[in-house]
Amino acid sequence: MSDITCTINDKSVTVPRGTTILTAAAMLGIDIPTFCHDPELSRYGGCRICVVEVKGWGQLPASCVTEVREGMEVYTESEKVLEARRTILELLLANHPDDCLTCEKTGACRLQEYAYRYGVRKGAFPGACHAYPVEADNPFIMRDMNKCILCGKCVRVCSEVVGRSVIDFSFRGFHAKVATPLDSGLLNAGCVFCGSCVEVCPVGALTEKQRIGKGRPWELDSVTTTCPYCGVGCQINLLVKEGRVVGANAAGHGVNGRHLCVKGRYGHGFIHHPERLTNPLVRKNGQLHEVTWEEAIQEVVRRFGRIKQEYGGQAIGVLASARITNEENYLLNKLARLVLGTNHIDHCARL
Amino acid sequence: MINLMDNCCSKCTHSPATPCSNYVLCRTAGPFCHTDKGCEEKRKNHINNVRVPSGGNYQQIIVCGGTGCTSSGSARLVDSLKEAVNEAGLSDRVAVKRTGCHGFCENGPIVHIKPEGIFYTRVKPADARDIVNHLADGQIVERLVYRDAAGNSYPHFHEIPFYAGQTLILLTNCGHIDPEQISDYVAVGGYRSLVKVLQHMTPEQVIEEIQLSGLRGRGGAGFPTGKKWAAARRAAREIKYIICNADEGDPGAFMDRSLLEGDPHSVLEGMIIAGFAVGSHQGYIYCRAEYPLAIKRLKSAIQQARQWGLLGKNILNSGFDFDIDLKEGAGAFVCGEGTALQASIEGLRGMPRVKPPRSTEKGLWEKPTVLNNVETLANVPLIIQMGAEEYRKLGTEQSPGTKIFALSGSLVNPGLVEVPMGKTLREIIFGTGGGIRDGKAFKAVQLGGPSGGCLAEQHLDLPVDFDSLSSVGATIGSGGMVVMDEGACMVDVARFFLAFTQKESCGKCTPCREGTKRMLEILERMCRGEATLDDLADLERLCRVVKNTSLCGLGQACPNPVLSTLQYFREEYMAHIVEKRCPAGVCAELVRYRIDENLCRGCGLCLKNCPVQAIRGQRKQPHAIDDSRCIKCGVCLSKCKFKAVVRS
Repeated sequence: MSDITCTINDKSVTVPRGTTILTAAAMLGIDIPTFCHDPELSRYGGCRICVVEVKGWGQLPASCVTEVREGMEVYTESEKVLEARRTILELLLANHPDDCLTCEKTGACRLQEYAYRYGVRKGAFPGACHAYPVEADNPFIMRDMNKCILCGKCVRVCSEVVGRSVIDFSFRGFHAKVATPLDSGLLNAGCVFCGSCVEVCPVGALTEKQRIGKGRPWELDSVTTTCPYCGVGCQINLLVKEGRVVGANAAGHGVNGRHLCVKGRYGHGFIHHPERLTNPLVRKNGQLHEVTWEEAIQEVVRRFGRIKQEYGGQAIGVLASARITNEENYLLNKLARLVLGTNHIDHCARL
Repeated sequence: MINLMDNCCSKCTHSPATPCSNYVLCRTAGPFCHTDKGCEEKRKNHINNVRVPSGGNYQQIIVCGGTGCTSSGSARLVDSLKEAVNEAGLSDRVAVKRTGCHGFCENGPIVHIKPEGIFYTRVKPADARDIVNHLADGQIVERLVYRDAAGNSYPHFHEIPFYAGQTLILLTNCGHIDPEQISDYVAVGGYRSLVKVLQHMTPEQVIEEIQLSGLRGRGGAGFPTGKKWAAARRAAREIKYIICNADEGDPGAFMDRSLLEGDPHSVLEGMIIAGFAVGSHQGYIYCRAEYPLAIKRLKSAIQQARQWGLLGKNILNSGFDFDIDLKEGAGAFVCGEGTALQASIEGLRGMPRVKPPRSTEKGLWEKPTVLNNVETLANVPLIIQMGAEEYRKLGTEQSPGTKIFALSGSLVNPGLVEVPMGKTLREIIFGTGGGIRDGKAFKAVQLGGPSGGCLAEQHLDLPVDFDSLSSVGATIGSGGMVVMDEGACMVDVARFFLAFTQKESCGKCTPCREGTKRMLEILERMCRGEATLDDLADLERLCRVVKNTSLCGLGQACPNPVLSTLQYFREEYMAHIVEKRCPAGVCAELVRYRIDENLCRGCGLCLKNCPVQAIRGQRKQPHAIDDSRCIKCGVCLSKCKFKAVVRS
């Protein structure tokens, strides 16, 4: 594969053949705005916010899908480009609720960011605006299609990464929208609520129900940890505000990258639950009493010892948890066979 | 009746399993493998039945079975004619046949008597007996003969001005053969180009011939067909596809439909030749479901071609395999765009993707694919038959060949016409089309549907070819030609086309989805007299951005109707914006109806017909229109016998 040399904003760059203008520009430190582009998803080229001017070309190509050619002269912020970008932003804002004050996405919204960057305000094109009902008929995801800019990232992540394909484009023209089959809602469409669509949504169209009103993006601390559920060991960021976990998202690295399952992403209600067990309890005279770990383990040793003595080790059965790692399962197997002296060991094989 | 395609006797062994390379020629000029006067006679009889040579006793009553004539009752007419022929005892020498479209749809149902070439228009089932009498005694039925506005009558097909200006090479079979009989197509020379290609040419030679012919895609873009084929041939992949784009969606265009309905085998033959040239073994025809008759005839054509071994394995013992499947569209205009069409065949939502890669590198199922329009493919057998040199004698240097246009709008003779490329708009509109209806003045012609532009009087002497039209901001498009008279409002026309593209936008890219909506809203405001000069500036900016940044051809070309009307009819836009006036009197909100008291006799006809009771007045006293109630329907104007109702 030969290399290609081109210029972007009069700066020369040499990149491998097949590199897009967007990537080549990034190598020069030039930031081109994008809505629908995602390196993990197939090339789409739909939002057109990333259009650039190429000398000698009539059209303004989308830089996320146009590969550089030898000698190409690209301008990422020319007058023509700025007019197009501003117009596209005006068009998107013309059909977008004026809701930034209370929108969950404020501060992390690409539409907001680019409107600010290019000095675009709502109001350039008065006219029809969508008035879809907000879809919240499931426990996890809130879909407000009035805020959707139809970048199609949710559609692609659902089909290309998660492999569920529960959403796709429906209807035409101004009425085009992302929907489940027959608009029947996520619950009926076989959604597994992994939340990957929420993760990739650049605007406030997809938000997490649990996080509504729980904190602005800039108020949250992010604490990277390992998901407490299965043994896969997904890396998650716990989002913490004033000492309380208000949500979680994928850490973007580790085995899981940007993806999580429903439990890893949404199953953190137990952390601050009033009934959560924080100390070992031992039942004495029919009543549970808080004890120390030392005391609790001694109790377990004593009771298992008695059973083994009276009935033999085979009287004890061991059930391993899927939440623990392979190594821990191995140790449990040793404990069962060598210490407890039983062959009855199995795995619950579910989360 | 024995089918020409069936084996003549036990000595003929052709079948799809044991194909004979001489099969097609043998059917018309044979038999070759054995000598039998009887078999030879059978062939001659059949060919005479189809070609109807003059001088013989045999006559044919051709009834047009195109969609236009079918909807004006040609199916019933066929029954009546057959009945009348039987009653007259002429069934042994007179046949009644239903064919494809004659193009002269305005005057349908059409009946054409062969071999004399007598041409009857607007025929009703009740006329059947008179027509049969004509065949018996030679007396032409004068009242059914075509007459022009001046009253001149034209009994013969070739004399009618509508046909006299045309060069029928693609449409020659439409209106002459039975499209549901493969034997008719073979009898008039069909599938001979395929034989020539399979027996005497290499794929490279076929591509060279098409390249030499200068054939350019008839779907609108005018891309050189040979170049496209050569690119697909070069792609080193085992599986390749040929797609026939029959998703003809432009409002007012019906060229492809008529070809498929009238001569489906010419398209199949073109596809097989394309398959041979690029090394493909599978073709798809993507036809819109709104064309039920075309689909029916394609299905029957594919089935018959398979039955006699012209599609399938080892075609005519050449070792070449090719088959065709039909895919019905689901009614999306955008599926006429190549990549959206391919997505639709794959079972996905019909949305265009970014090019490159071009379809010839990665098309259907990511395999190299040649996508040609119906009319382009129908040209292929012709070019092979005539030779590129002969073909180039038609049309212009850069746009050789003919082009079929669907003429519609305010014309005397709307219909389907085939003319050599390079004819002027004036020749087509005022010659073949017969000029503007009702003695009105020409105002504009809209070419190429929602992607095309509107041209004005100053362009009438422009030659119609790919390059001349694009130089003035129009496009040949797929061949729709909507002619408008002085009564048309160009702002309203632009609004109409924008409403169409907005509705048909797939929604993938922002400028097309959102931009066309705002353009449409501005145009609607103009038509209501609510627009400002700022709106006009916004409209022009939106046109620019939508054109420059849309993903596919639909979006990139959809501002054309606005841009061209703004360029050539700007004063009309200004009248709507500044004076709040629609000069053509089309935009309802800008029109006011009033009654001239001096002319009104108080007859009450307008009052009686007004659907919203907006007219008041005593009998024999001048009436008046209540503006607050009037819905500007114009009924009063059309009903008034004293010209007392005035539109301003």
